[in-house]
Amino acid sequence: MPVPPEDRPPEDGPPLLALEGIVKDYASEAGSFRALDGVSMTVRPGELLAIMGPSGSGKSTLMNIIGALDTPTAGRFLFDGEDTSTMSEAALAALRNRAIGFVFQQFNLLPRLSARDNVALPLVYAGLSRRERLARADTLLARVGLADKTGARPSQLSGGQQQRVAIARALAVDPRLLLADEPTGALDTRTGAEILALFKALNREARVTVILVTHDPGVAAATDRVVRIQDGRVTFDGPPTPEALAGGVGHLYEGAAP
Amino acid sequence: MNAPLAPPRTRPGPRATATARATPGIAPLLGPMLAEAVAALSANRLRSGLTMLGMVIGVAAVILMLAIGNGVQGQVERSISALGSNLLIVNSGAARSGGGFSQGAGSRPTLTLDDAEAIARLPDVLAAAPTSSFAAQVVAGPTNWLTQVTTTTPAWFIVQSWFPEEGRAFSAMEERQAARVAVIGQTTARELFGASDPIGEQIRVRGVSFTVIGLLPERGQGIGGVDRDDVVVLPLTASLRLVQGGGAFRRFVRSISVAVTTPEAMAPTEAAITDLLRRRHGLSPRDENDFSITNLTAVGQTFQETTGAISLLLGAIGGISLVVGGIGIMNIMLVSVTERTREIGIRMALGAPRAAVRLQFLLEALMLSIVGCAAGVLIGTGLAVLASRFLPFPTIISPASVVAAFAISAAIGIFFGWYPATRAARLSPIEALRS
Repeated sequence: MPVPPEDRPPEDGPPLLALEGIVKDYASEAGSFRALDGVSMTVRPGELLAIMGPSGSGKSTLMNIIGALDTPTAGRFLFDGEDTSTMSEAALAALRNRAIGFVFQQFNLLPRLSARDNVALPLVYAGLSRRERLARADTLLARVGLADKTGARPSQLSGGQQQRVAIARALAVDPRLLLADEPTGALDTRTGAEILALFKALNREARVTVILVTHDPGVAAATDRVVRIQDGRVTFDGPPTPEALAGGVGHLYEGAAP
Repeated sequence: MNAPLAPPRTRPGPRATATARATPGIAPLLGPMLAEAVAALSANRLRSGLTMLGMVIGVAAVILMLAIGNGVQGQVERSISALGSNLLIVNSGAARSGGGFSQGAGSRPTLTLDDAEAIARLPDVLAAAPTSSFAAQVVAGPTNWLTQVTTTTPAWFIVQSWFPEEGRAFSAMEERQAARVAVIGQTTARELFGASDPIGEQIRVRGVSFTVIGLLPERGQGIGGVDRDDVVVLPLTASLRLVQGGGAFRRFVRSISVAVTTPEAMAPTEAAITDLLRRRHGLSPRDENDFSITNLTAVGQTFQETTGAISLLLGAIGGISLVVGGIGIMNIMLVSVTERTREIGIRMALGAPRAAVRLQFLLEALMLSIVGCAAGVLIGTGLAVLASRFLPFPTIISPASVVAAFAISAAIGIFFGWYPATRAARLSPIEALRS
């Protein structure tokens, strides 16, 4: 597919995401709980990476901060050079709307809306006209292979189809970052592989930066870079070598034990 | 379609994205959010309908009550203007006896024809008509009709400012000579003579014949729905001698109707009549009045104020049901927010600002109240039209009450929708997504 040259991000450009000593504390009954303890990493435009870690490792917290759903207790998170910790709630909402596309494990489509209206939903908040919204939604649904399902409700679609709708929705505002939380977790292996291939195609062809949050070594293996989180710290950051992925499994079981 | 992933517009820099769009107005969201509110409410029609029911009943009650209240008010106004302005009625018998009990109209008459003549000579008195009324069966050939017989002097026509439209009133001479002539109202004429001309016809009252010489124009209903056209007016002398049987009561009358020149002269004239009658009746300062004076304009005003108060009360009851309806909306909206927490989280993740979430739920509450109001206006109007058939007066739906109903409903929708909408807007997107 054609991509305008000016949209092709340089391989060694300034980072899209820069996390500098991110700390996140949560207040709980048992006192303060530190979910993230000094996470630092950068993501360049056009990267395809996996954030791995067992439950309770802090990877969901990290995903929330990267997704501008939450702000860190300490440290700085720069989205394309802009510090999110100083942003107002409205500015964070606008950032999510215009620059970040979310894909969830449970798809999170609105059951009342058709596939087309689901995809068009972020464009409502972006202020596009109804005609523009629906035209864009149809285009994106065609792109994910659902041109004939635009009028279907989520309940009329298979899991894989619903996730494709969700991906189309995430792409609706043409985001800088596609952030997916266990996108294949609710799908069978074959469908999961198709979804994974779609992410990979989006990254390779449209140069969308993709972050997959997962504990599935198979998913992580399909990426170019793995960031492992354990006890709120980055324990590994590098290519998806068999050792890194295998270690992941070990840590996962350790983490799940208590 | 060759589907490019490239955006339909030039890609905005993220910096511009985050700041320039930091405080996007929610005005462009009104249209889509309104459409969503319609979709959300029609997705659960039964619940939406039941939620609106409070508003429907409240608005219908308010519209109906105001329509009835306006109808009564209009009726009272017509009655007062038709009574003839500046009218005092002097009645026989004390308003109250020693024990505080009203003696009523059945007690012995204390007013005489001479009293009436004396009152007529007072300054500011236009006319004074001694009057006795009673219900009697009136016979004309084969037909008969129970009607109100008023026996009086020609002054009565002046006092009532009601003159025959056909034929004529009886003269003072005819009255003194006890001429057997009668003036009748429209209803009496219709019941006794149908469509034919009653002038010159004979009617019999308590066995005595009278010739109809005049037909009064239509006057409509009086206070309390009395048909004032159902009347026969006879010369007082004729009825004193012939109808009432004469004897000890022959110079006495039940009441004297007095027309006063100006509204300002009402109170002084009332006092002057009191003085005059006390003197004429030889009452000592210790004695109570053996007559009572009624200011009909004041009675009308009091009645009007009373009906105004009643319709205010009824409106207030309707208003309370509006508030209850509003609380019902709030209740369901809170349930809806709880049920749709995840949806709210999804919307927030997709970039909905809190203001947009608030707007969405506020519009739903507003729509419930406004649609409920519309249904209430329709039902209330229907009931008011229906009520006109059973009430002795037409109900009046004022456009102002409909406008007010919508304004109040909108206010209620916003007021009671605000809390649930704010609760939805305050949700943490992370918590909401986790639910």
